[in-house]
Amino acid sequence: MGKDPEKGGIVLEYAKLLEYEPYSMDRIKKTRVMTERLLELTEHHRSRCEDYRRILDGLGYDASKVKDYYDIPMMPVRLFKERRMSSIPEEEVFKTMTSSGTTGQQVSKIFLDEQTASNQQLTLARIVTDFTGQSRMPMIIIDCPSVIRNRAMFSARGAGILGFSMFGSRRIYALDDGMKLNLDGIREFLEKYKGQKILLFGFTFMIWQYFYKELCKLEEPLDLSRGILIHGGGWKKLQNEAVSKAEFKQRLKDACGIEHVMDYYGMVEQTGCIYMECECGHLHASIYSDIIPRRMSDFSPCDVGEKGVLQVVSMLPESYPGHSILTEDEGVLLGEDDCPCGRLGKYFEVSGRIRNAEVRGCSDTYERK
Amino acid sequence: MTNLEKYDKAFISNLKVTKDQLPGLKYRGLEAWDSVAHMDLIADLEESFDIMMEMKDILDFNSYEHGKIVLKEVYGVDIEG
Repeated sequence: MGKDPEKGGIVLEYAKLLEYEPYSMDRIKKTRVMTERLLELTEHHRSRCEDYRRILDGLGYDASKVKDYYDIPMMPVRLFKERRMSSIPEEEVFKTMTSSGTTGQQVSKIFLDEQTASNQQLTLARIVTDFTGQSRMPMIIIDCPSVIRNRAMFSARGAGILGFSMFGSRRIYALDDGMKLNLDGIREFLEKYKGQKILLFGFTFMIWQYFYKELCKLEEPLDLSRGILIHGGGWKKLQNEAVSKAEFKQRLKDACGIEHVMDYYGMVEQTGCIYMECECGHLHASIYSDIIPRRMSDFSPCDVGEKGVLQVVSMLPESYPGHSILTEDEGVLLGEDDCPCGRLGKYFEVSGRIRNAEVRGCSDTYERK
Repeated sequence: MTNLEKYDKAFISNLKVTKDQLPGLKYRGLEAWDSVAHMDLIADLEESFDIMMEMKDILDFNSYEHGKIVLKEVYGVDIEG
């Protein structure tokens, strides 16, 4: 592999990773690749981001003591709210993405250059097509068009919609800017693409509140039996309404016949490498990223089946030092390399937010007026 | 309209550029050509040439020049012809 002197060769590394199937590495191979790449990224950001370098120095980080990627320092997710964490000069910022956050909360700011933005899109395509297939489908976006109106600054919701838009051949927004269901538009769209598979995408709470609840009121129900729904953004608000994952699926099926419903876990700080839910109901880590549940007491890695706070590591971020982040989410590792769906890598579930953490899922931050 | 005129028109209307800016134009090379504009551009090209592009080709379509090659080699649409 050639070295690009300006970028230290890591651009080529990621392009090479994208050639692998997203769930094709077992633990031994993934550990080797991930350790190498994350060590490189740590050096890359250390030499380009002053705040990051100071933190590493403060932690007494020594690359020669890193056995595997579990030893690479993790940055608390709050850091991206409090500091401008960027490894590129301001003139190279192509897009700034912000995390979701309700009014009064501080939001994370993530700075992307052309390369990292491109890698995010390519990664998302690799992961999602493993579940949906290569063909694009007519797509219903269960949100309102105004979410992506500000093009220079994207919210997490906007970034999600944008990222998934490439899977749609023709697209329609299910809601208008007043969050009202555009029923006539949807009926017309479904009539036009009758008999085809339809992709639906949205954030969990928005789907529940502004789509499902409206569907229940219809005298003539919508037929979405050929639909594939991908949703993400957090369960907290639905847990408040006492709706479990299983119930969410069942009630949607009862309302519109949809059978294929997939949740995903992801965050704006590591856009692109999302964790999709497989046919067995497990969230999966691809080769591009990983999760490590850790014990709150001493941050040592949890065993399989033991609940802990989630660290997320990603081989993607080059424009900001977000390759190893400690989230405020709690989850449980369910297994590795042996999910009945056949995909290699870790599979897990997210159980909620750690106590006292802010409410922050994408779909959780739409405050009703 | 010739194929080249249709091709140029899709760029000019979706990326808010003038004709003389087209040569050398790259995906994410200017602020207006972001992923939103990219999908709008692709949708217009698909309609103009009555094709349906595969995901990998949409991602491979990364410049004004390379787009012509993708359309010709994968979809048999000759822009220059």
